[in-house]
Parts: sequence; structure tokens; C-alpha cells
Amino acid sequence: MLNEKPTLKSTGKALLYLLPMLVITIIFNIYPILKSFIMSFYTKYDFFKDIVQQWGWSNFTYIFHDPDFLLAVKNTLIFVVGVVPLTVIISLVVALLLNKIKWLSGLFRTVYFLPFVTSTVAIAQVWHWIYNSDYGLLNYFLGLFGVSPIAWLESPKYAMLALIIMSIWKSLGFNIVLFLVGLNNINERYYQAAEIDGANAWHQFTNVTVPLLSPITFLVSVNGVIGSFKVFDQIFALFNGTPGPSKSALTIVYYLYQKFYTEWKYGIAAASGVVLFFMILLVTLIQMWYSKKHVHY
Amino acid sequence: MKVKVAMVLRYVILVLGAIIMLMPFLWMVSTSLKTQPETVKIPPIWIPKQLQWANYVEAFKAAPFARYFLNSVLVTTITTAGQLFTSILAAFAFSRLNFYGKNIIFVIFLGTMMVPGEMLIIPNFVTLSKFHMIDTYWALIVPWLASFFTVFTLKQNFQSVPDQLYYAAKIDGASDWHFLWHVLVPISKSTITAVTVLQVIGSWNAFMWPLIVTNTENLRTLPVGLQAFTTDAGTNYALLMAASTFVILPMVILYIFLQKYIIAGISKTGLKG
Repeated sequence: MLNEKPTLKSTGKALLYLLPMLVITIIFNIYPILKSFIMSFYTKYDFFKDIVQQWGWSNFTYIFHDPDFLLAVKNTLIFVVGVVPLTVIISLVVALLLNKIKWLSGLFRTVYFLPFVTSTVAIAQVWHWIYNSDYGLLNYFLGLFGVSPIAWLESPKYAMLALIIMSIWKSLGFNIVLFLVGLNNINERYYQAAEIDGANAWHQFTNVTVPLLSPITFLVSVNGVIGSFKVFDQIFALFNGTPGPSKSALTIVYYLYQKFYTEWKYGIAAASGVVLFFMILLVTLIQMWYSKKHVHY
Repeated sequence: MKVKVAMVLRYVILVLGAIIMLMPFLWMVSTSLKTQPETVKIPPIWIPKQLQWANYVEAFKAAPFARYFLNSVLVTTITTAGQLFTSILAAFAFSRLNFYGKNIIFVIFLGTMMVPGEMLIIPNFVTLSKFHMIDTYWALIVPWLASFFTVFTLKQNFQSVPDQLYYAAKIDGASDWHFLWHVLVPISKSTITAVTVLQVIGSWNAFMWPLIVTNTENLRTLPVGLQAFTTDAGTNYALLMAASTFVILPMVILYIFLQKYIIAGISKTGLKG
């Protein structure tokens, strides 16, 4: 019972309930977190025998001097900047529109959310086909406006853009749902009060909706940044198991995958994972600090 | 008048947006029903002259998709059921029992939720190789049998159930075990359904982990099998789109029937970050 003090007996009983979860998460979540950090310092390592011959910082010095890793960090940041702000703005606009209509709003919601439930790998094949430079749908449409065919997936100039467009399309629905919840939670009275004070629709939006929605906007942005840091499946599927033409879509997780899976450099791969960890930690800390200070409730 | 114009404008924008959102799906299904020459026609044809249903049969036979399908169903079912079981038990302990170290354990686990899963792939791969589980069903299933995210969501829900029910059950002589399965779980049905559906979708669509831990063709799940098939299919887009359709379709059907729970689940869990 909740008001009771913990006893040895209650602890034993709780342990029994926790045991299955604890066994799995300790082996596959807690231990590997620690192990990742430790592995990032392995510089000579026999994977088969699990013997470490040498330790040191050299994995980190290696990645920070590796042009591929620096490119991966740069590409990841470009991806974040390309995806997150647009996703937030578009999904907010759609949520605002959906919030104002009754007829068919359920149907629209279903349609906008659909990409979220679909397999990234499968839908990336469809986009691969849409982006086809000779027979693709996108170049056909652009051709109607006089744009000459673009090699979306073959040209290093356009590959990242192609990836960003597909990713925005896929993530809109999730964010629309969150924004709709946020809009629903805004008390109708604020709008009534604003109306009495003579605020027009735009002023109601900037002075009521925007500040009251700021916690959700902030959350959606942070989730978007963290999710975008980890982009992998889209790239693998869209560029058929390559990081794009001339590595133009090489991201941090893709780099980790290559070092680990194709080159068997576990220490270096682990080091790049640690860098990813600290990037995400930084964003999370900024989130905590910022939401304490600036988000209006 | 102004109000009406605004309303019409809203619908126009929403319809245009909906067309863009649906376009890839329509294009996928349309292409999957074309003959090879029809797929490369310019301007593109949306409705083929004769629907080539045979493409689906051909695509299904072109790679061991039946096996991939079975693997996906098996892995998704077992991981979802297992994760639900371990999470329900743990959520009960966190929400209704008092024990030493409760807060510390809880905070540690909250902290782990922040760690990117991609980082854990390397040590988990090494661990599973030590257990000789790489390239077996075990590797696809065992690491996913628990999720603190699910525990956390269920714990929040269990806590919202009034204590009086617990005391009443106790007075009636019910054990904790009985209370959990006969009172708490049935009451929390909608949250449990929501986390279950989200887990099913996640597991069905999972790619990176199954890609890394399987080598044998017979162990591939649908996304990994489809990715491998793209090499074989080459430029035969009709077959490739047919294959993509049957990878996507089960989740779309699930979504259409359980939409309410999925949206509720996202609203609940997504907002807690």
C-alpha cells in the first residue's frame, strides 16, 4: 500500500515484480550504456576473445581528424536545420486549420497521420521511384513548370534535399497530433476575453495561441532535433545502402554503422556514439534550462 | 462573407495538403498494377488500362516474402507480448508497492531513456555474440522484451486508478497478483491498447537492428527483406511497388481500425517527452 513504509518483505515482493524487466534492461540497456563509454577508449581490441590490449583517447582524436566524421556531423546538422523548423511550422499551420473545421476533420487527420505508421524502408522505395530522374513523378511535375529534370538521388547537390523532403513528409502527422492536443488544452475563455478586448484574429493568434502553445512547440522542436540527430533508416533505404552520392547524406549514425558493421572498428564506432550521446545530452539540457526560463504556461 | 471565404480557404489548403500526403501511396499502388512499359510512360498514367494483379503474385514469389512476413509476425508478436508482460509487472511495483531504492531505480531508468538506442547497438551485438545468439531469432527478440518507456507510461496510468479500489480488493482478500490482473489491467485497457499498438508499429517497421543481427535470408524481417529485394528488382518498379505495398498494408489496416488508440497513445506519451 502506498502509505506504508518500505520493509524487507515489501522490497522482496517488489523485486519479484521488477525482476523480468530488470534482467532485460540491465543486460541490454544499462550495461551497454556503460560499456559504450568504455569501448570508446579501446584502441586495440580482440572482439572474438574479448581482450583489450590498449586503451586511450586515440579513437576520439581519430574521429575529430577524420574528414568523414566531420562531414557526418555537418550533414547531420544540415538535416536538422532542414527538417525541424519546416516540420514545426507546417504541422502547426495544419493543426490550426484542422482545429477550426468540423466537417471531414477526422478524415484529414487520418490522411496526414498515415505516413507515420508506414515502414520507412518501404515508403523510401516509393520516394526513390518518385525521385527517379527520367520517369519520376516529381521531375514530371516540375517539368510542367519548365524545370529541367533534376538528378535528385544521383547529384550530391540534391541528395540531402531529397532526404529532407521525404523526412518532413513522414514526420508531419506525429507533430500535428501533438499540436492538436495543445490547441485543445487552451481554454476557450482566453479567446473570449481577447475578443471582448477587441483583439482581431491575428492578435488572438500572437497573444493567446502562440504563448499558450509554446510548451508544445518547444517539445515538438526538441523531439524533432533529437530524432533528426539519429537519422539512419531513411538514408539506407533511399540511397540503396549507401550514404548518398559522394557521401552527401553521410550522417553520424550512418558513420557509426559503417565503422561498426562494414569496417569492424568497434572503438571508433563507439566513440562516434559517445559524441552523439553528448550532442543529445546538450539539447536535453538546453531544453530543461529553456523551458524553466522562457516557456509560458 | 469574410467568414465563408476563410472557411473555403481552409478547406482548399487542407485538401491540397492531403493530396500531397496521399500522393506517394497512390503512386505506389498505381505503379504496382502497371505493366513494365506503362511504368515509364510520360506523361504518367494513374489508372493502368488493365490492372496487373499478377505483379503481386510475381513479387511475392520473387523473394521469400512469405518467410519474411512470417518472421515479422513472429518477432512483432513475441516482442510486443513479452514487453507488455514485463512492463505491466514493473509498472505495478512502481505504482503500488513501496520498496527500498524505488526512487533511485526510477531515476536511473528515466536517465536511460535519454540515451540514443543507436549507441547501444555495438555492445549489444558483442553481448549477443557471446551468447551465440547473433543470426538467430533470439537476437531479434530478447533485447526488446523490456522497455522502460512502456513501464513509465503504464505506471502513470496505474497511478491514476484510485487507491480505494486497491484497499477494497485487499479487504475482499484479493492478492496483489489478482488485483493487478483482474482490476488494474482491465481498467487500464485503453492505455494498454495504445502502448501495444505503438509497439506493434515500431517493431514491424524496425530496420537497423534486424539488419545488423541477421545474415541468413531465412531470418530477415519484412523491411530487411524488402531492402535486399530492391537489388534484385533493379528497375522493375512495378514489382518493387507491389512488394512495398504488402509491407505497408498490414500497418495501414491496423491504423485504420485502431486509429483512436494510436492517437491517444501519441498524445499521452509524446507529450511527456
